[in-house]
Amino acid sequence: MKFLLKVVAVGAMLLTTFGASAAEFKPAVVFDMGGKFDKSFNQSVFAGVEKFRKETGIKYREFEVTNETQREQALRKMAQRGHSPIIGVGFAQAPAIKDIATEYPDLKFAIIDSVVDLPNVQSYIFKEQEGSYLVGVLAAMASKTGKVGYIGGMDIPMIRAFGCGYEQGARMANPNIEVIHNMTGSTPSAWNDPGRGSELSKGQFDRGVDVIYAAAGGTGVGVYQAAKDSGKLAIGVDSNQNHLHPGTMLTSMLKRVDVAAYNTFKSAMDGTWKAGIYNLGLKEDGVGWALDEHNRALITPAMEAKVEQIRADIIAGKIAVHDYRTDNKCPK
Amino acid sequence: MEDTFLFVVLTLDAMLRVATPLILCAMAGLFSERSGIVDISLEGKMLVAAFTSATVAALTGSPWLALFAGVSMATMMSLIHGFACITHNGNQVVSGVAINIIASGLTAVLGNAWFHRGGQTPSLPSEARFMPIELPFAEAAGSIPIIGTIYKEMISGHNGLVYVAIAMVLITWWVIYRTRFGLRLRAVGENPQAVDTAGISVAWLRYRAVLICGLLTGIAGTYLAIAQNASFVRDMTAGQGYIALAALIFGKWKPWHALGACLMFGLLDAVAIRMQGVSVQLIGEMPVQLIQTMPYILTVVLLAGFIGKAIAPKAIGIPYVKER
Repeated sequence: MKFLLKVVAVGAMLLTTFGASAAEFKPAVVFDMGGKFDKSFNQSVFAGVEKFRKETGIKYREFEVTNETQREQALRKMAQRGHSPIIGVGFAQAPAIKDIATEYPDLKFAIIDSVVDLPNVQSYIFKEQEGSYLVGVLAAMASKTGKVGYIGGMDIPMIRAFGCGYEQGARMANPNIEVIHNMTGSTPSAWNDPGRGSELSKGQFDRGVDVIYAAAGGTGVGVYQAAKDSGKLAIGVDSNQNHLHPGTMLTSMLKRVDVAAYNTFKSAMDGTWKAGIYNLGLKEDGVGWALDEHNRALITPAMEAKVEQIRADIIAGKIAVHDYRTDNKCPK
Repeated sequence: MEDTFLFVVLTLDAMLRVATPLILCAMAGLFSERSGIVDISLEGKMLVAAFTSATVAALTGSPWLALFAGVSMATMMSLIHGFACITHNGNQVVSGVAINIIASGLTAVLGNAWFHRGGQTPSLPSEARFMPIELPFAEAAGSIPIIGTIYKEMISGHNGLVYVAIAMVLITWWVIYRTRFGLRLRAVGENPQAVDTAGISVAWLRYRAVLICGLLTGIAGTYLAIAQNASFVRDMTAGQGYIALAALIFGKWKPWHALGACLMFGLLDAVAIRMQGVSVQLIGEMPVQLIQTMPYILTVVLLAGFIGKAIAPKAIGIPYVKER
């Protein structure tokens, strides 16, 4: 009996030491529908956390949500294992983060693309309309037909905000421009439907569009392919997607979720992590447009000068870009 | 007027593109179900074929090898289904569901292991895909009003597999209704005892039916991965196998009727895509959600009121046992 007790005691001690070492630093990330290789939004987060892993050598635990019911389970599992900080990628994880962050007040959480107002949660939101405004200017200047298109993923206010900023930018560069908007769908599968993306693009090309901006996660892959096949221009989103089809990718609207993810891990490790809402726009370099060797030939000096000028004007507050989310309307 | 006409023609053009996998799958299902084997694994077989063809095209750069590989894998899945349902008298629905789940899981896992892109395969260059074919005189005919426009915009300029799909309907009709094999196939789906009494092997007939089914789903999957798109994406079939099955039932298990149903689904999809963001007179701009439910609403309405009773092959779903 005594022996047994000893064994139990030793076992308990071992467990506590394990617990202590495990409590060191165990970051985790839960990707959303579309997966970490969607060449877009999730992949950008993936790039951010990978950068952290390479620099520090600290491994992180990850999970790819493939089904709506998995979000909460995945986040809860991470919390139960004592991971901190835990990044939830995408607006759809906000309710789950809210519940779990309340249950585990000692762990740190971060949510990208939504706001969860709790003392242990960092919320990253972006002024997508500002970045979209810039690519809208470029689209209008590159268009020969005077018609440009927009293809969104799931029909939600955030994706409408992309399109709204884009339209405002296009109108600013060419007041007579016609902007055609399409949404892929109203369920999360709209983030991963390249076939439909390609069909929507062909529909827009048939209507005279010659530049399409897609903010649709994995669906965008089909849009860019269709643009390449038809010899039209496309604009990428979230990650720099210029390299996908050099020559037909006009530019990409960058949304630096990679920086947000990296900063969350890094600041938590350094002890400078602070909860709160981070609203990142052009000024904070949270959004922007991509210029590299793949699209250099498509961007004329005049376009570059104009878009940089507008960028400076937005940062200085001379141009106000309307955010669709404030009133669910887009000014015509 | 000119614009409206072009709009209609271009919509019909899109209809053909969207309906192609549905048509191929519906014909595949027709062979299988007419022989008495329920096949809800069209979806899974198509997915396996899509993955295999995209993989082979990425590795070899040849669309023909890819087509061959896609068809082979789909046929193999078909044989598994046949082995479970014909040889071992298993439940056909259960076997079909199992194949769908295997396909969805296996393609994602293998894709991830081989290409490290979350189940996607690499994007293919044009040489490794089936590209649109310009039919002869399309450019010249384009200047002729109406007929020329239809020829150039709608009939010409698809990739080869679209024409294969249309031809397949004719071939299916001919095989099912005009050949001895077709007669026996229909008989074995209605009354296998009679076929057996006549000294014809029920199992061998049904195996041939599922083999043809595999072949056709293989072409459908290949179309999705390397003709319509340029890579495989996880679960890219997105329920089209089920829609094809619905079209088959909708079309009362008859080739031309099923073709009509597939074209209807394709047309509604094409219209839905083009209707988005367009203001309609009196109604104004229709919400995306409503437009996207339209095909399904119409399906229910048509099924409820206009189509009449769809009568399935009599022996469908029942494993054939010689003696009880």
